[in-house]
Amino acid sequence: MVDKYTEIVKDHFLNPRNVGEIKDADGVGTVGNPKCGDVMTIYIKVKDDKITDIKFKTYGCAAAIASSSIATEIVKGKTLKQAENLTRNDVADELGGLPSVKMHCSNLASDAIHEAIKDYRNKKKTG
Amino acid sequence: MKQIYMDYAATTPVEKEIINAMVPFFNEKFGNPSSIHDFGIKASDAVEKARSNISELIGCIPEEIIFTSGGTESDNLAIKGISYLNKDKRNNDGFNIITCSIEHPAVRETCKFLEKQGFKVKFLPVDKYGIIDTNDLLESISKDTFLITIMYANNEIGTIEPIDEIGKIASENNILFHTDAVQAVGKEEIDVKKQNIDMLSLSSHKIYGPKGVGALYKRKDLKIQPLAHGGGHEKGFRSSTLNTPGIVGLGKACEIIVNNFEKNVSHYKKLRDKIISNITENIEESYLNGHPEKRLANNAHFRFTGIEGESLQLMLDEKGIAASTGSACSSKKLEASHVLLALGLKPEEAHGSIRLSVGRNNNEEEISYVSDALQEVVKKLRNMSPLWNR
Repeated sequence: MVDKYTEIVKDHFLNPRNVGEIKDADGVGTVGNPKCGDVMTIYIKVKDDKITDIKFKTYGCAAAIASSSIATEIVKGKTLKQAENLTRNDVADELGGLPSVKMHCSNLASDAIHEAIKDYRNKKKTG
Repeated sequence: MKQIYMDYAATTPVEKEIINAMVPFFNEKFGNPSSIHDFGIKASDAVEKARSNISELIGCIPEEIIFTSGGTESDNLAIKGISYLNKDKRNNDGFNIITCSIEHPAVRETCKFLEKQGFKVKFLPVDKYGIIDTNDLLESISKDTFLITIMYANNEIGTIEPIDEIGKIASENNILFHTDAVQAVGKEEIDVKKQNIDMLSLSSHKIYGPKGVGALYKRKDLKIQPLAHGGGHEKGFRSSTLNTPGIVGLGKACEIIVNNFEKNVSHYKKLRDKIISNITENIEESYLNGHPEKRLANNAHFRFTGIEGESLQLMLDEKGIAASTGSACSSKKLEASHVLLALGLKPEEAHGSIRLSVGRNNNEEEISYVSDALQEVVKKLRNMSPLWNR
């Protein structure tokens, strides 16, 4: 828990990685609510049970943008199982910590990734 | 990196002239203004000069000015000061205090506190521009009403309330009228007698004076209960050794306003109007919050579809630009600004807002730079946003 934004947060906020959409995504997950000021959408491409590509779109504060950016970096190239184990604390730790009032942003990022994977698994079942 | 300050509504730099005027009162003419010896007299003379500078600015007499620590204390003193002498009117049917839904927290929280003490408070709704309906005001008045407190102009969106009408209604119904004029002083022509204003709060650090000092205008014959008891300073209304340097600073700030009013206001308006047209003409789905005409000379408050205010503010900060936001993320409570919500904006609209407020040190070049920077930043954030699909 820190008081201000770390340099890592600022970097991911000002230079976010993996921004965009994947038109033919294998899984898409959206979490959050415009009413609360945070919406995140994660797009994933999956091959051989690994996340081969991942992109995000986020409406939200610096912490939200930084959390999504770093979360996509963490899980890119990992297996679905590893990605499913991603927690909000992993995201916050990679960022060097977040102010306590912003911790929910890191939660949103890991939730969005889990939603995308869930969506992929559902599509596989029905598809 | 070039730094551009456009948050004058938050606070202002102290004019050099004011600093120079204040300095002697720290260690040369440092006497306690209450002392009757020469050291004290030198200080009290300066205090009285400041008092008359303030009274000249707002159209009252010097003895109607009480020095405080700032706008918040003045608001508290005015509202609680009257209310505590009207405790017998509590627990009746009618409203005791009428205020509005977009007041600064210094008024809003004070009123909510008094509600818990048993006073009945009406928070008048506002229209989409932030203006109260004077018919609502009339309908809310009862025999139990002893105070109307409505801000002269809103600090976030800059909207100016119908003060003349409110004063007239208050006077015709024999109800006291207090106005928080913290943001309006120096930008609007105020005459408390003509406008039937009984009490008015003002703050030094919003008008190029030092922080930590302000004033409450209180009509001469009005009795209020003091908040601070003690040595009986300020006719017993506010005990505390006077902050001579601060008061001298505030007085000087008011004198500067009186001497430069037209020039300053037209400077603010020119810059404000330029940035409003630059933004609304060049950024798609950008909107001005607050009334287009009845707004403070220096306030430009915008909302942008699809993006969030704190990220907007921080990206501007990274470009050296200081502005302010009413976004939830930037407030400690994660709630959107109560002012923007009161206008009828949806939470997501309230979140995507930014306030630019210009001042004496801004120029047209800075306006151009900020306009360009805003366009760039809005575009960058919209590219990242799931709520923007162009």
